[in-house]
Amino acid sequence: MSTYTENIRAIAQRLLKSCQVELVIGFRKGTQPMMNEPCFVSTPDAVDQLVWDSNCGINLANYLTNRTEKIGIVAKGCDSRNIVTHILENKIKREQLVIIGVPCQGMIDKRRIAAETQGEILEVAESDEQIIVKTREGRQTFAKADVLQQNCSVCIHRNPVIYDELTADLVTEQSDVDPYADVRELETLNSEEKWNYFEELLAPCIRCYACRNACPLCYCPTCFVDESKPQWLGKSQDTMDVRTFHFLRAFHCAGRCTDCGACERACPVGINMRLLTKKLNKDCFALYGWEAGLSLDTRPALDIYQTNDPEDFIK
Amino acid sequence: MQYMGIEGDRLHFSWISSAESTKFVRVVSEVCAKVKALGPNQHFVKKEAKVA
Repeated sequence: MSTYTENIRAIAQRLLKSCQVELVIGFRKGTQPMMNEPCFVSTPDAVDQLVWDSNCGINLANYLTNRTEKIGIVAKGCDSRNIVTHILENKIKREQLVIIGVPCQGMIDKRRIAAETQGEILEVAESDEQIIVKTREGRQTFAKADVLQQNCSVCIHRNPVIYDELTADLVTEQSDVDPYADVRELETLNSEEKWNYFEELLAPCIRCYACRNACPLCYCPTCFVDESKPQWLGKSQDTMDVRTFHFLRAFHCAGRCTDCGACERACPVGINMRLLTKKLNKDCFALYGWEAGLSLDTRPALDIYQTNDPEDFIK
Repeated sequence: MQYMGIEGDRLHFSWISSAESTKFVRVVSEVCAKVKALGPNQHFVKKEAKVA
């Protein structure tokens, strides 16, 4: 992991010194453990802020929308897929970007670690496969594989799909995982059980829209929830309004979501809204063989017409 | 919609030309029959605005 950091710094320094980019977007240590924050570096002597570890779960593609300068961006697998989506949707030009690809080994779930640790967490360190948590009382060690974010544990696109620079050798992709196991399980429930499941899942939502703000797909100048003329849905905590928000947001991400997990990570109350977006990913794959952000050469499934598009649902 | 807990038979899609009056009648009757069989909708109904 430390070589990742060193390589990112070296590449960023080279790019900035040679004026290939005006800005490098990466991560720096946050003020709290396990909370790395996005960092914009514009001078070569500031590159030492940049770090890489297992707390870089935020999706940096979110910071590219409509930017006009030349940018170097640190990108793990999911970030790179969202960069592809951004390019396809004309939110940034490929020529503007120098993509610093990071073969990703998964991000750790800060909530899970906090829940399984006794006392306040003062520091979190990591070695190859272990996470060492220091508290006032002592230290606890976790195997990294046990505390991965759920989306990372079933990720099959860990390597960046496009890159100009690479910080390490590509990692082996996981092949024995089922990304949609949880969705499949939910599909077996009957209507009433499904309804109640989501009712319970979304009950703690406070409508802070952190999920929307963390999402690189949610770049609309005015989100439908903020519109007032017409007002598409109520702004209250009413369960119907909450559900409509999550449901429609998921639909807006259909065929675009890369399951990066930024939404769930940003949620202050830990709602797994990925169950909604993931269902649409699963359907997109089943109906159109489409996974978002894998190539710059194919138009997204919901963007083109094909004669073999499924239409059995139209009677 | 089904995934979220709305019964599949409540939502129908059909493509009917303005010249296909008989198809229109058939589709509407089918939809009515299916929705009636399910009974009144209980979900996705906003009864009254809650005031915090």
